[in-house]
Amino acid sequence: MELVLSLAIGVLVSSGVWLLLRPRTYQVIIGLALLGYAVNLFIFSMGRHLIINAPPVLEGGDPIDPMTFTDPLPQALVLTAIVIGFATTALFLVVLLAARGLSGTDHVDGREPER
Amino acid sequence: MSVSPEHLVIAPILLPLVAGALLLFFDDRERLLKATISILSAVALLGISIMLLRIAHADGAVDDGRVIVYLLGNWPPPFSIVLVLDRLSAMMLALTATLAIPSLIFSIGRWQKAGPHFHTLFLLLLVGLNGAFLTGDLFNLFVFFEVMLAASYGLMLHSSGSQRVKAGLHYIAINLAAALLFLIGVALIYGVAGTLNMAELATRFPDVPVERRIFLESGAAILGVAFLIKAGMWPLSFWLPTTYTAAPAPTAAIFAIMSKVGVYVILRLSLLFFEETPDGVSGFGSQLLFVGGMATIVFGTIGVLASQALGRLAGFSVLVSSGTLLATLGLLQVEITAGALFYLISSTLAISAFFLLIELVERGQDAVANVLAVTQEAFGDEEEEEEEEVGVTIPGTLAILGISFAACAIMLAGLPPLSGFIAKFAILTAMLNPEGFGQGGAIAASAWWLAAMLIISGLAALIAMSRAGIRAFWAPVELNVPRVLLVEIVPVAALLMLTLAMTVQAGPIMRFMHATAESLHAPRSYIDGVLDAPRPPMSRDAPLPPEVQR
Repeated sequence: MELVLSLAIGVLVSSGVWLLLRPRTYQVIIGLALLGYAVNLFIFSMGRHLIINAPPVLEGGDPIDPMTFTDPLPQALVLTAIVIGFATTALFLVVLLAARGLSGTDHVDGREPER
Repeated sequence: MSVSPEHLVIAPILLPLVAGALLLFFDDRERLLKATISILSAVALLGISIMLLRIAHADGAVDDGRVIVYLLGNWPPPFSIVLVLDRLSAMMLALTATLAIPSLIFSIGRWQKAGPHFHTLFLLLLVGLNGAFLTGDLFNLFVFFEVMLAASYGLMLHSSGSQRVKAGLHYIAINLAAALLFLIGVALIYGVAGTLNMAELATRFPDVPVERRIFLESGAAILGVAFLIKAGMWPLSFWLPTTYTAAPAPTAAIFAIMSKVGVYVILRLSLLFFEETPDGVSGFGSQLLFVGGMATIVFGTIGVLASQALGRLAGFSVLVSSGTLLATLGLLQVEITAGALFYLISSTLAISAFFLLIELVERGQDAVANVLAVTQEAFGDEEEEEEEEVGVTIPGTLAILGISFAACAIMLAGLPPLSGFIAKFAILTAMLNPEGFGQGGAIAASAWWLAAMLIISGLAALIAMSRAGIRAFWAPVELNVPRVLLVEIVPVAALLMLTLAMTVQAGPIMRFMHATAESLHAPRSYIDGVLDAPRPPMSRDAPLPPEVQR
């Protein structure tokens, strides 16, 4: 399980970084999105006490055994990070389209490189 | 109903949030109303932050100052999110409000009309800035950073234009990448230490076993890179001059403090996390900060000398200022930190005034006139409304602009009589008298290098500013006298007068900075203040499960 997760994160990060360094705005935004997924998985894997099929929230009342619950904090963090990442990516998309409209090219520098 | 100081702590976040949301209800054509509301809330913000400053400083009666903790949701301290007010955060709040008022007043003249929702975005930027200064939780810091950045994207692109959109694209891309680094760093630190509360982290750092230390330090390093991108340390700074040049003038003026947010976080976290560790890890990364800061000063100085346009000159001045701060903080001495804090305030005020002034000076020149023409084309013909503009055109425009420009030059170069000189003098004195004034003591080689760089960067700023001033004011054969409104020159003059006031009041301000630096270097009172924060009794005392009470 650890191997699969770390491989997934590694593949996402490497493709994300490669795309981020490409000259087209569309590649940059996809690269940022992939990096975002990788980071979210990474935050999740950093939980202190991860158990599959266990609830993340404590029940009130009787004393309970914390070992039967999974760490709730990474889930809250990932949720926040997803929302913020979604919003900023949408905003970046708008700017990307504006840049495309104003400069007539999708190169990140707003003009085609001279050959 | 009396408001206790504990509740005042959250006001700097709530007030601009509510005011910014309120402005959305009004149509963009009701400009006067919108401007009035936003300026009034900025003034209220200044009042609140001065009150907070007095509370935190406690008139110097308490040595360590006072640490006021606001428990969100009234959970016991290490759980949930806390807002923490101490001298440093109160000082930064006051500085933010001080910069916000002139920028907003400046925008009345022209810029608020150049696009929609200027005031709302501006107030939301203040929410993010104030939140970042107040929060005591690492992940909450990320959230406020994103609030601040999202608003800054809007302000940066305000009034559009291809130049702005191109620079904005780069700015957004690099900040999104930095946000991801921020998250990786936070996750690593959480994975090792098991908490995100800054004060609790500081207590847990020394106890981390050696074999897991590497994860903690990589986490801190990755986190640091995210803040250094914000602060503009070379080689993470190439985006900064272009962005700040392309931003509209009032936005650039408030952006002057955005690069200081990165410096603030580095100052706070590095001294909190790595000051007390016993086994030689103390001052983790401080050497890198020093070297990086020096490289930034060199890069900024070369940039200042090479700049042809005034905007780029100001952008590179931001880098020089950031570099000076990072290098001085890397030396890890109380006296030097106190000088650096004074420098932070004075250089931020000066750069902010300079950005506002540049727009006025360049108004008579062609490049900017073209940009404005494009703007007006894009957003409809504004000529008719130009007549009913608020305010009066000032007489003797060139003389006033010239004097302001000279004052900016003096500030950036660090010459007497303005506060730039006192700031550099304080740093140099502290560096060259490591054992206290007149006590002698060996001067470190790093101090000599930094002293030389400080003086050279000041000289370079003076040369570049004189050249730019001659070119702008004396060289043109047919000088287009720019049409400057009273509401546009008053903010510039006010900011420059503030630096003069800082010179006159240098003694008390320096004492305050000294107290601040001392409590930063001995973070025990901060940590204890947060972890032992008293919980106010709940009105309806709901019984908590025993696990949580523990």
